[in-house]
Amino acid sequence: MKQKKELDWFDHPQNVKRLKIGFYIVLAVLVLPDFFLHKHTLFSSIEAWPGFYALFGFVACVIIILVSKLFGFVLKVREDYYDRE
Amino acid sequence: MTVSSLHPTLVFFAGAVLLWVLPLIGRRALILLVPATAFFLISQLEPGTYCSYQLFGYELNLLRVDKLSKAFGYVFTLNAFGCFLFAQHLKERYEHAAALTYIGAALGAVFAADLISLYLFWEVMAITSTFLVLARKTERAYGAAFRYVMAHIFGGLCLLAGILLQVHNTGSVAFNGFELQGLPTYLILIGFLVNAAAPPMNAWLSDAYPEATVTGGIIMTAYTTKTAVYTLIRGFAGWDILMVVGCTMAIYGIIWAILENDMRRILAYSIMNQVGFMICGIGIGTAMALNGAVAHAFAHIIYKALLWMSAGAVLYMTGKSKCTDLGGLYKTMPLTMIFGTIGALAISSFPLLSGYTTKPMIIEAGVHEHLFWVWLVLEIASAGVFLHAGIKFPYFVFFAKDNGLRPGEPPKHMLAAMALLAFICIFLGVYPQPLYNILPFGAVEFHAYTLEHTLNQLQLLMFSALAFFMLLPLLKRTETISIDTDWVYRKGGRLFYRFCQRTFDGINDWANRVFAQEMPRLLARFFDEPGGNVQKYGYRLWVDASGINDGQTAVEEQIDRRSRSGAYPVGGGVLLAVMFLSLMAFLLFL
Repeated sequence: MKQKKELDWFDHPQNVKRLKIGFYIVLAVLVLPDFFLHKHTLFSSIEAWPGFYALFGFVACVIIILVSKLFGFVLKVREDYYDRE
Repeated sequence: MTVSSLHPTLVFFAGAVLLWVLPLIGRRALILLVPATAFFLISQLEPGTYCSYQLFGYELNLLRVDKLSKAFGYVFTLNAFGCFLFAQHLKERYEHAAALTYIGAALGAVFAADLISLYLFWEVMAITSTFLVLARKTERAYGAAFRYVMAHIFGGLCLLAGILLQVHNTGSVAFNGFELQGLPTYLILIGFLVNAAAPPMNAWLSDAYPEATVTGGIIMTAYTTKTAVYTLIRGFAGWDILMVVGCTMAIYGIIWAILENDMRRILAYSIMNQVGFMICGIGIGTAMALNGAVAHAFAHIIYKALLWMSAGAVLYMTGKSKCTDLGGLYKTMPLTMIFGTIGALAISSFPLLSGYTTKPMIIEAGVHEHLFWVWLVLEIASAGVFLHAGIKFPYFVFFAKDNGLRPGEPPKHMLAAMALLAFICIFLGVYPQPLYNILPFGAVEFHAYTLEHTLNQLQLLMFSALAFFMLLPLLKRTETISIDTDWVYRKGGRLFYRFCQRTFDGINDWANRVFAQEMPRLLARFFDEPGGNVQKYGYRLWVDASGINDGQTAVEEQIDRRSRSGAYPVGGGVLLAVMFLSLMAFLLFL
């Protein structure tokens, strides 16, 4: 009996490429309406910029990743750290 | 006692006892029947206080029914049903017994109307949950369980001290909103915050939960921290300090989760992050913020259990929990992957899932109060949640590098449990009204699905994802653990021990050498020949002072010989005696 073919969709580079293109399209589609909508602001007029939340999310994540990377230099230790004397 | 005032905890405790006499098939039915019955009982409860008893001359009430306690009661029992469905494969009695008692005690704490009953249930929770860690039966689990119970004993003692002072000061055991800011209330607050895993007493969570059994970990995630959230809502709503605590937790959880390699430890830190949102809402203290905190706790318990189930299923099937060992599991565990991703998207408050209809309530309440910093921190944390729990967890476990593991799907009951919770996540995301209806602090004036809000949220999340994939090289998994505040008692304790050993053992050694060895030796040598030694010493002084040295050794040998044989010239002894007597006479009579 022939074995059932394994699910390996992500192993194919062309699929990953398609996924990437789809992802970029989604990003563009999400920012696009901002140019036409009237946006409410909470604290500052900056929030009305088109794509403010996109920029906010991106910058916040870059900062978080960089900060944790810095923390990691001090805080990351070998797995047997607590077992060693 | 009628059905309308039967205590739901009683059902759980009775179940924990009954478990020991039933055969396997009966136990399997029992663990599902208990939470279902309790859920039904809670739905039948009418507002009021019941089950009063007398202790230490105080009138205590075990069952206070209002919308707040009922909301937590519903989600505790609903989640328990899902967890026990997931745990159907377990044959051991004692793990189920510990879990039933633990959940029962959590319900007891939620429904307790006074501080003393609350404290009793609080301690039962700490003890029974420890067994869920011990049941893993590994050396690491024993260590983690020990530290876990010690941390909770510390928190429990703070709580007890606070309660005793509070009762002494006010003469009342009632558990309502605290107004006075003083030592008693601060001690109670610390006791609650220890269970909420607020820093610096946060490390017990990420230390113990990932060492618990597959099912124990899932069960523990819901009850200890969320009981603490409940007590904070009840006692400390609107305390400004909680906004600071909550914001700190929200960010702290993200940074540590990003550093972690163990998938269940990532999820443990994301509990801290999510509880941070709730505590921040409690600190804001408006009706909308408190409703948001309750709603978020409700949604969180469900999707967090779902996330832990998917991680638990992976651990159960592969025996591995480190991201460096996992990867590529979508190939043989597609259903687990889908359920896990639903949980991951729900925690990230992705539109159409339960996090999206609850968490933004807290943020919006902060905006209504013009709290710019709270808004800023919580928005950053919202982006960060997607980063560590929303993408990192599913990506490194189910996708990323294929490590050659081909485990297959977990047993059917596990899939069913995950499907149930995934359904609840979607249901509450699409149709949150039933949840809004049970919220305790007034009607909900919150609409999650406005075009602008949805668009903003999607932008925030999708560009967070972009940042994740662009900076993926920086997020490479390493075979490491991260130091947390438990360093203080794990390493610091050992260092302190060693410091004490060095210092006090040093003093001990020195004292031993000087007082027990050197001095007796010197004294013994002196008193061996006291007369001779005095003479020799005097002679040496004389030699040093006068500089005349005519055969020192010969003289000393003569002294030795004389004193040993007692052969002094008679005149010498007489002279000494006369000198001594005159001295005494001089001292006494003149």
